[in-house]
Amino acid sequence: MANAAAPEPKENMGQPMPRIDGRLKVTGGARYPSDIRLKEPVYAALALSSIALGSISRFRLDAARAVAGVIDIFTHETLSDAIKEQVMMGQSEQAGYAASTIRPLQSASILHDGQIIAIVVADTFEAATEAARLVAPEYDARTPSATFGSDGVTIEEAAKISKKHEDPKIGDAEAALRTAEVKVDNRYSTPVQHHNPIELFTTSCIWDGPKLTIFEPSQTAHGLRFGVAQQLGMNPDDVHVVSSFIGGAFGSKGATTERTALIAAIAKKLDRPVKFVSSRADAFFVSTYRAETEQRVALAASRDGKLTALIHEGHEVTSRPDGYFVGGTDTTTRMYACPNISTKVSVVHADRKTPGFMRAPAEMPYMFVLESAMDELAETLGIDPVELRRINDTQIEPIKGLAFTSRSLMPCFDAAAAAFRWSERNRKPGAARDGDWLIGQGCATSCYPTMVAPATARVSLMPDGTAHVETAAQDVGTGTYTVVAQMAAERLGIDARHVKVTLGDSKLPPAPVSGGSNVTASVCSAVAKACDAINEKLRGSNSQNLAEQFRRLGVSELVEYAETVAPGASPEGIDQLYKGISALGGGPKLKDRIQYAFGAQFIEVAVHSRTREIRVRRMTGAFAAGRIMNTRTARSQLMGGMIGGIGSALLEATEIDRRYARYVNKNLADYEVPVNADIEALDVILVPETDDKVNAVGVKGVGELGIVGTAAAVANAVYNATGIRVRDLPIRLDALLT
Amino acid sequence: MQPFAYTRAHSVKEAVEIIHATDKAPGSKAEGDAQTQFIAGGTTLIDLMKLHVVNPARLVDIGSIEAQREWSSVTADKHGLHLGAMASMAAVAEDKDVLRDYPVIAQSLQLAASAQLRNMASLGGNVLQRTRCPYFRDVSFTACNKRNPGSGCDALHGVNRQHAVLGGSDACIATYPGDFAQSLIALDASVHVAGAKGTRTFPFAELHRQPAETPHVETTLRPGELITGFIVPAAPWTRRSAYLKIRDRASYAFALASAAVALDMADGRVRQARIALGGLATVPWRAKDAEASLAGKPLDERSAAEAAEIAFSQANPREYNAFKVKLGKETLTRALLHVATMEI
Ligand SMILES: Cc1cc2nc3c(=O)[nH]c(=O)nc-3n(C[C@H](O)[C@H](O)[C@H](O)COP(=O)(O)OP(=O)(O)OC[C@H]3O[C@@H](n4cnc5c(N)ncnc54)[C@H](O)[C@@H]3O)c2cc1C
Ligand code: SF4
Repeated sequence: MANAAAPEPKENMGQPMPRIDGRLKVTGGARYPSDIRLKEPVYAALALSSIALGSISRFRLDAARAVAGVIDIFTHETLSDAIKEQVMMGQSEQAGYAASTIRPLQSASILHDGQIIAIVVADTFEAATEAARLVAPEYDARTPSATFGSDGVTIEEAAKISKKHEDPKIGDAEAALRTAEVKVDNRYSTPVQHHNPIELFTTSCIWDGPKLTIFEPSQTAHGLRFGVAQQLGMNPDDVHVVSSFIGGAFGSKGATTERTALIAAIAKKLDRPVKFVSSRADAFFVSTYRAETEQRVALAASRDGKLTALIHEGHEVTSRPDGYFVGGTDTTTRMYACPNISTKVSVVHADRKTPGFMRAPAEMPYMFVLESAMDELAETLGIDPVELRRINDTQIEPIKGLAFTSRSLMPCFDAAAAAFRWSERNRKPGAARDGDWLIGQGCATSCYPTMVAPATARVSLMPDGTAHVETAAQDVGTGTYTVVAQMAAERLGIDARHVKVTLGDSKLPPAPVSGGSNVTASVCSAVAKACDAINEKLRGSNSQNLAEQFRRLGVSELVEYAETVAPGASPEGIDQLYKGISALGGGPKLKDRIQYAFGAQFIEVAVHSRTREIRVRRMTGAFAAGRIMNTRTARSQLMGGMIGGIGSALLEATEIDRRYARYVNKNLADYEVPVNADIEALDVILVPETDDKVNAVGVKGVGELGIVGTAAAVANAVYNATGIRVRDLPIRLDALLT
Repeated sequence: MQPFAYTRAHSVKEAVEIIHATDKAPGSKAEGDAQTQFIAGGTTLIDLMKLHVVNPARLVDIGSIEAQREWSSVTADKHGLHLGAMASMAAVAEDKDVLRDYPVIAQSLQLAASAQLRNMASLGGNVLQRTRCPYFRDVSFTACNKRNPGSGCDALHGVNRQHAVLGGSDACIATYPGDFAQSLIALDASVHVAGAKGTRTFPFAELHRQPAETPHVETTLRPGELITGFIVPAAPWTRRSAYLKIRDRASYAFALASAAVALDMADGRVRQARIALGGLATVPWRAKDAEASLAGKPLDERSAAEAAEIAFSQANPREYNAFKVKLGKETLTRALLHVATMEI
């Protein structure tokens, strides 16, 4: 089958099996959480604050209540006892699940733009929506601090906020920089970005006595279960989360956000099922987002291109009460050999919603900066950017001297460079033209830490050669259903089409959050282990016939449950998993090794010589990520990542009105993402790689790898086209009209 | 959205009568946020109703008026082109007479919005689309003179990258966002309207009003008047015409800057030029001084750049839209040079 969407598997790659849920999805047969029919539901809509700081002095609710069909309106005056203190996911020693400690509707205070101030419940979605906008609060408003440079922000070192963060440092980078033969030292910035997955944010809650069922698209069914239990002060055994299909997540459906427990509390008070579907505009507040950063990178090198110093400083915006930050220096300091490194990450507290996960949270913004600086250094040295990476490539990371379990960075660069015809590039900026268009080419490193988490799965094999895999893992659209079936089929020696997979339900054996690109590696490890246990039972029989073997064993099915933790990880991880915590480990955090997936991206842009609009003409990415379970779904993930990268490079930015600390372009017409016409030729090359140290199945994730480095490759291409170095994302024609 | 009454009009006359009758009802406002509104394709109006920027009590649907002659058709003859107000953007963009003899019109429609929107949207609705100023479209921002006269203007010192550098006032700098109107104004089109007191025809250039002190009054239409069509006179420059639209992404975005240009050339010189600018001004913007500067000259890099300078001599940029002055000049220069060398 000659089909670009289904690449021919190379060594250590699985078949491009079409998604087993594909047909359901394109025919409307897939039941997303909000598609589940509820018995006599009522509908909830949110009223959001239009100030960023202050408090509500009173509400006028007459007009809202007068809307036909309105059942009730909940505010801090009526719901303030509902939500207990909550702990943020991954931020402290305590078990945490929440996206923020901010608890809307629990007091009159307002801490950010778009905070939930009231929830209206009505007979219909329309009535609830109409009444929500008629909720009229009166505010005592104060002047908020919006972002970097605003009066009133406070700065805090990341290392003081979180014990998990240390600023990587070796040698004396400042001294090395002072005496360097060649150096570049610049400031960069990345903007606020918001999630816009096609499926909006939804929650349906139903009570049956003390038992609560939640239908919600979630990247962690168990995490949401425990998160809501913590917020409502419930026994987690009484909470059941169903999340069978998810229409895109990218981090936006990871941590437990504010609305879920509130909707549950309201359903309880009303004793009715409550359904909530956010609007697109509200989605800019219901979910988390990527906060803006300001960064400085200094690189020093000797004339032969060897790095002698790397300094990387990052500032990130966060909310007043919370310390969420991404801190990408863990990664940027591991990319190249360098004897002197110093880094520091700081957060800037402003009157903003707490930011959160967004596809490659740390690597996207921080690698943009490092890989831009590498290009600037190559230019200053007069060395080809690919060769500069080769000169500084290393199999041993410089901070702790640990060996990469595998690192195919240069094979990726070489494969992509050849396919892209990089050798034909005109190195002189502004020198290549096609008619009135300036043509430029650039490249950058992609990488993503290989994270693995504890996982569990149950596999049942029947005498007729069919099997059933059950695990709570979520398929966020990446193809988890399919690769899990492939893994089971391979281990059991049956046809993947005969494997039924059940996912996304907190009643199933727990699995980690679908985040940090860990799920394929983690869950396939558990599935493989359960299958191996079944094979163990079948062994000893020399009959080929499966039905006969079952007869001999005197059973009608073989069921095995398995638990796995990553190589070297503590078995306590399984206990945590049973508490809804995903003990993600790996990447640069291990004691005996370091594990990353790598790639290289090459991009050609055209910039109009007069009007300066930027168009991407072609992009080639080559990626090596250990075992590829399915070349079709892997390519699709990587392609989606690269397209997201183009959005980050050229379009995506949530504009903030600094006077009010409020967003102004919270809709998909004004928050631009790439459309089909923006993506011309896109080529994904899967580079074979075998890694038997990284985890039991040798899989590295590909969900986030593709978005890392794209923005730098674009910036470097724009420089090659125009001679103008743009260090602030997104790169728009404004910056090129000089 | 707020509940509203809905009436389907079966003829232009009926539409005008319904609106006339209801808008005289007690409590109705004559201008701006009229109590009764026509609805054509609904692609502007329904959006604004959902956002509660426009809250009419009654809609009169003009989309199902039976094919009254000229109401939704395109006809071309030696005098010019007649475009029915209810013709869809898509149909006009694909019309072969328009493509051949009035390419600037076809391109301005083809490069607008998306295929789905162009199928729904009408020409009449298109020229009356409202600004994309985010402070206008989001009622949670309080200061917007256009939405709420006298409340101020949040855009003046706010996020104003997309705002106008031409034709603004201290009361409003909102950009007129459409594309098609630039081709109409450049080609000296007229607009036909029907009202309770009969029909009238006037230059399209007189339809839109600059904001001055009253940004909420956007057009010179009288209360309840219905646009029935547009007339584009045949002229020696219509074939040598093009629309250039510059935007951040390759498709489905409003113009950061655009130029509608039509030229009558003889012996390598410009006899007459027609220039309109979009994405840069508060109304569809005719650049008459720039046109005049080209008359009698060869169209080259120099004369084009001079014309562009003249077109922006009165530009008044703000904090985030200063780039639009340079961009506007480059857009016009590029469009002029392109049209001058077009094969026709
Ligand atoms: C996401 C998006 C992107 C877009 N991008 C572009 C773009 O790039 N370029 C562009 O030019 N446009 C763009 N548009 C705007 C689109 O072209 C207009 O919405 C459309 O042309 C309006 O036509 P309609 O028939 O749907 O008008 P309606 O929404 O029905 O009406 C608009 C207004 O005109 C009034 N009206 C309608 N017809 C008449 C009439 N005959 N007489 C008097 N009053 C009338 C209505 O009362 C209403 O106030 C975009 C719109 C959207 C939603
Ligand atoms: S520019 Fe005009 S539309 Fe925008 S906020 Fe100011 S007054 Fe309102």
